[in-house]
Amino acid sequence: MRKVVKSLFAVVMSMSLITGCSSGNSSSTNNAAQGANSSGKTELSFYYPVAVGGPLTKIVDGMAEEFNKENPDIKVKPVYTGSYQDTTTKVQAAVQGKTPPDVAVMLSTELHTMMDMDAILPLDDFIAKDGGSEYVNDFFPGFLANSQVDGKTYSIPFQRSTIVLYYNKDAFKEVGLDPEKPPTSWDELVQYAAKLKKDGRYGVEIPSSSFTYWMFQALALQNGKNLMSEDGKKVFLDTPENVEALQFWVDLSKKHQVMPEGVNEWATVPSDFLEGKTAMMFHTTGNLTNVKKSAKFDFGVAFLPAKKNYGSPTGGGNFYMFKGTDEKKQAAAWKFIRFMTESKRAAQWSVDTGYVATRKSAYEEETMKQYVKDFPAAAVARDQLEYGHAELSTHNNGKVTKLLNDTLQSVITGQSEPAEALKKAQEEADKMLAPFNK
Amino acid sequence: MGELRAKWKVNMYAWLLLLPSLIFLLLFTFYPVIQTFILSFHQADLGSPEPFFNGIDNYKQMLEDEVFWKVLTNNIWFAIGTVPTSVALALAMALFANKALRGKSFIRTAYFYPTVVPMIAVANIWLFIYTPEYGALSHVMEWFGKGDMNWLGDQKNVMWAMIFMVIWKEAGYFMIFYLAGLQNISQELYESASMEGASSWTVFRRITFPLLMPTTMFVSIIAFTNSFKLVDHLVIMTKGGPDNASNLLLYYIYETAFSFWDQGMASALTIVMVVLLLLVAAFQFFGMDKKIHYN
Repeated sequence: MRKVVKSLFAVVMSMSLITGCSSGNSSSTNNAAQGANSSGKTELSFYYPVAVGGPLTKIVDGMAEEFNKENPDIKVKPVYTGSYQDTTTKVQAAVQGKTPPDVAVMLSTELHTMMDMDAILPLDDFIAKDGGSEYVNDFFPGFLANSQVDGKTYSIPFQRSTIVLYYNKDAFKEVGLDPEKPPTSWDELVQYAAKLKKDGRYGVEIPSSSFTYWMFQALALQNGKNLMSEDGKKVFLDTPENVEALQFWVDLSKKHQVMPEGVNEWATVPSDFLEGKTAMMFHTTGNLTNVKKSAKFDFGVAFLPAKKNYGSPTGGGNFYMFKGTDEKKQAAAWKFIRFMTESKRAAQWSVDTGYVATRKSAYEEETMKQYVKDFPAAAVARDQLEYGHAELSTHNNGKVTKLLNDTLQSVITGQSEPAEALKKAQEEADKMLAPFNK
Repeated sequence: MGELRAKWKVNMYAWLLLLPSLIFLLLFTFYPVIQTFILSFHQADLGSPEPFFNGIDNYKQMLEDEVFWKVLTNNIWFAIGTVPTSVALALAMALFANKALRGKSFIRTAYFYPTVVPMIAVANIWLFIYTPEYGALSHVMEWFGKGDMNWLGDQKNVMWAMIFMVIWKEAGYFMIFYLAGLQNISQELYESASMEGASSWTVFRRITFPLLMPTTMFVSIIAFTNSFKLVDHLVIMTKGGPDNASNLLLYYIYETAFSFWDQGMASALTIVMVVLLLLVAAFQFFGMDKKIHYN
């Protein structure tokens, strides 16, 4: 008996040791949450992801360094947190551990999810104190569309993109097409692609992995309207227009045979384009700088072709701030967001990365003017923003997005028919969104 | 009294030695397992910020979830496809590497290197191999005048592509165990067999193979659990697609937990997986163990 008691004692001892450690940890995090270290500086943790090629971490670190120099009382510590998905996971874990980062860049589509978790701060008070609507209204509406709910602003656009059509001008010349006249309608897209197709080269590629829903959303927008309601509580997947849009996508490979069959990998489509394996591609502007640097041929960038009208969803990441940090830190975090989204910095960021500058005034900056003059393709995405809409973002976003991706892939690989598959997806999605429509 | 004290001293000493691993075991194994078990009976998703008890709802829902069944079926096919083949291949490679007179260490290294390469790098290499049009495999197919195949983008091919890659990766690793097993078999047995004039097939069937059974059992348990643990390659190469054709149980758990934030369901799925693995391991241990000869 005594043995048992003793061993229990040992276990209890070890447990108290553990809890001792953990309480020590939480007190130290509390100290950090006070917002000031011994030297009186406010320290900010800043999580950010990288989703496109190029030395982006260096650029971001440089910007943070510049901010620290301008604001000696604040110290921003940038933390590179992997892909968008990884970043969201890390932020989420931190929020649940009650130590949220002070500021983070996450997909603009995480908005509803973050609100359901009660994790993010509305930014209206900060905006009101600091330039008010003048500041916010300078951002392109297409980018703000994923930032606002019920008239409140929850995030500030930063590394934003949209889908454009890249095309190989040399290939156009080779088959007798005018390289200055890219296809403007679905019909033209098919005609041109058929002409451009030859042995070892397809006419067009639309990626169908990773961001399948995004590409579908572009087609849907061109054929009418967006896939979801503004409040993210409803989706409209099985409308006749959307069925037609999906049929068109399938027809490109099955009927017209101008696109490779099966799923086209998100990451290899740009390689196909650069290798001359496809003459045109739908892809994010986030790849613009990469294509510009690597293309060994003359290439052009154009609006996505229209059916009823032009259209593309926007995409990419925004700045978010989190609940549960103290006021001093919040003020500093806001200052940092303002700094990062200043017009001249947005312009430089766009030149360095290929992302679209998020503010209208950024295009008035000298750097941007010069850049657009030397490289007119850079302005295409901005001009297309007139037809830009919110990216698919709903409550229960992860599930709904996966459902749509799976459905689209099953149609693209020939396992099911557009009308039937979309109808089933609509029913499933309604179930997933039911708890939020009470 | 003195005897008791001495005993106590010994016991305490043992406990102290065990303490560090005990702490880690409690903290990182038992505590999470219990938490997961409890959470699996709760509704804890985005729609319900405060988790609440919902009995076996998660499990009921799982039974109606088409994706769950697809993933489970996939996983069973994946196990059937990878486990026997990689184990058999490992044995063949070990026999060859054990016999080879010239370049012994070269052959061993060549067989073993897939195990050393980081998982992510492996996935990237195979992504290139499987790329249609200009991927390595497409080039080879071209020599034989075969048409182009979209290996990872087609529901029919993607599972075969993954199975093949995993066999390539695992066989070399298992070979090491077989090599060690082969070295442990007493040379006298082989000498007496050759005195009796036994054919090499008989030697393999009556001596080598039976004496390697403990290794075989160990290796096949590892292979089986591995077939349920594949995640990294899926993340990079297919994301479980197209339309879940290459999705496996653990990746689905990851998605449910970290893309859908449905923690109750993720916990329930985890419990199912743990139970499944325990059952198979138990069967292999208690069922097969009796038939195995340990020397």
